[in-house]
Amino acid sequence: MKKKTTMTVLDSRMLAQDIWSLELAYAPEDLPEKVCPGQFAGLYPAGGEMLLMRPISICRWDSGRGALRFVYRAAGKGTRSFTELRAGDKMDMLGILGNGYDLDELGGKHVLLLGGGIGVPPMLELAAALNRSEDAGTRVTAVMGYRNNELFLKEEMEEFADVYIATEDGSAGTRGNVLDAVRENELQADVLCACGPLPMLRAIKHYAQEKDIPAFLSLEERMACGVGVCLGCVAKTTRTDEHSKVHNARVCVEGPVFSADDVDLD
Amino acid sequence: MNTSNSLPEMSLQKPDMSVTIAGVTFKNPVLTASGTFGSGLEYAEFIDLGRLGGVVTKGVSNVPWPGNPTPRVTEVSAGMLNAIGLQNPGMEVFIERDLAFLKGVDTKVIVNVCGKSVEDYLDVVRRLQKEAVDMLEINVSCPNVKEGAIAFGQNPDALYDITCRIKKEAAQPVIMKLTPNVTDITQMARAAEAGGADAISLINTITGAKIDIEKRQFVLANKTGGLSGPAIKPVAVRMVWQAAQAVSIPVIGMGGIATAEDAIEFMMAGASAVAVGAMNFHDPYTTVRVAEGMEKWCASHGVDRVSSLTGIV
Ligand SMILES: Cc1cc2nc3c(=O)[nH]c(=O)nc-3n(C[C@H](O)[C@H](O)[C@H](O)COP(=O)(O)OP(=O)(O)OC[C@H]3O[C@@H](n4cnc5c(N)ncnc54)[C@H](O)[C@@H]3O)c2cc1C
Ligand SMILES: Cc1cc2nc3c(=O)[nH]c(=O)nc-3n(C[C@H](O)[C@H](O)[C@H](O)COP(=O)(O)O)c2cc1C
Ligand code: FES
Repeated sequence: MKKKTTMTVLDSRMLAQDIWSLELAYAPEDLPEKVCPGQFAGLYPAGGEMLLMRPISICRWDSGRGALRFVYRAAGKGTRSFTELRAGDKMDMLGILGNGYDLDELGGKHVLLLGGGIGVPPMLELAAALNRSEDAGTRVTAVMGYRNNELFLKEEMEEFADVYIATEDGSAGTRGNVLDAVRENELQADVLCACGPLPMLRAIKHYAQEKDIPAFLSLEERMACGVGVCLGCVAKTTRTDEHSKVHNARVCVEGPVFSADDVDLD
Repeated sequence: MNTSNSLPEMSLQKPDMSVTIAGVTFKNPVLTASGTFGSGLEYAEFIDLGRLGGVVTKGVSNVPWPGNPTPRVTEVSAGMLNAIGLQNPGMEVFIERDLAFLKGVDTKVIVNVCGKSVEDYLDVVRRLQKEAVDMLEINVSCPNVKEGAIAFGQNPDALYDITCRIKKEAAQPVIMKLTPNVTDITQMARAAEAGGADAISLINTITGAKIDIEKRQFVLANKTGGLSGPAIKPVAVRMVWQAAQAVSIPVIGMGGIATAEDAIEFMMAGASAVAVGAMNFHDPYTTVRVAEGMEKWCASHGVDRVSSLTGIV
């Protein structure tokens, strides 16, 4: 069930230039039944002048401690205000939102995770979940793309996956983007899962078509409600969407994870 | 005699929160603003829809509408801009899916109707004649579609004409929803009344724009969008008051309502009922909080009928 809850900040710290990690704990009565990798939550800036939640992907879910971890870029006014939070502070959150990755579909396969920039964080929870998969043969390789050698979340990812790095400035791993690293290392996989900027997702969709393997992409769009009522966050679909009856699906409900074949990114 | 008898009479009873508009009685004055609540299904996960006076649905047209390109929404100080472009699945799917769902909910149902031509509106109005709908709200005020819609709401003759034609075909009482993007709201309110409207609702969003100065371009793909949220409340209160002064049909007030106090302000300005819009996005429990808060306010202020607040300033 979705709820707006008041969470308690457990930890807030900077991981790299403008990249922050925020851990929030649920009150026991608010615990969600289930959290899937690829899902997100809406974090509300405090104060009242900023009305809308900021959609941020779940980077880790610790069911034992009832804690969600987010890793975000301090981009604009709202996310910059989050950097002032300290342990013990309260934060309002709308969650858990969206449809994540289908773990049944991915289990037993060699899954290649592609995270670009601030698209890296949701890949960590996905890698962790796949690591717990009981399907024999599940294998996880992750390629993470960064601007420079501030390789946030790399070590944590290494616990769950074989990790390859691409950097725009060539200061670590392959110079270039995640697909350059895939090619340079001749990586093969049964299925791709990706999160990152639109040009990267577009390239990955083409790459998957070329290799004839399925790909699941996590899309971003501006949101108001986060629950499917405002129709602000739509993505263009290749087929008529079941809910909207037009070629538009709601990123906050039908997404943010879509099969690459279902979305029109051009 | 026991001591409680010394309390004022009024505080011993629950205030009567019901309001009646064009013969339709709502259990309380709190409605949802069209386009901010879908048809209620999604928010039913958060609140008991039976606690609402009524659900006003997203705009419905005769055929499916794809809406505008994205970005469609953005935030501004104490508000937001939207240019959804009235995306909706069309009346047949709406009736089969949304109205079927609403049948099971103990609240009044107001269907918001949109169109590009008078004929488009009439198609929907006719199709709804035999459906379980309590009232129709006619959106002649959406700033985000190129044809129709707002054109009818900015010209008193066109507004009068479309109101007359809809009234001839409608089986349910008709609310004309007015745009604030006019010079004189009283002229529009009078045109709707003269055309036979059973009520008017206002305000729809105020046209605005936001520019990303780094990218040197508009944030919304549509360039302009409709402003809503607390930022517009004083404008809305002023217009509700002016419109209510100008006509004798009931007025439904909206624009930035976040709290019970806001809602009461609208009632005092002349509204018979109110609607909560963008604040649903900030807090999905807003409607119920407003309804409960109004009841408490009435009880603590010795108001035994909420309807007695309408237009008292
Ligand atoms: C499903 C989803 C998951 C996301 N996960 C992450 C994540 O894990 N880490 C992370 O750093 N970022 C993530 N983002 C992007 C993040 O939501 C935006 O960077 C953030 O909302 C910007 O808010 P602001 O206060 O910094 O900017 P402001 O400029 O103050 O924002 C103004 C408005 O625009 C919206 N907005 C601005 N930029 C974006 C954007 N790129 N995408 C969506 N809305 C935007 C804001 O939500 C707000 O409503 C995700 C977005 C989506 C849709
Ligand atoms: C996202 C969004 C979608 C809307 N869609 C409609 C619509 O379909 N029909 C309509 O008559 N008004 C629509 N409106 C206007 C609202 O019903 C309301 O008149 C306006 O937002 C002012 O109220 P508020 O400030 O409480 O949001 C929409 C508003 C928003 C924010
Ligand atoms: S954000 Fe409102 S429908 Fe997705």
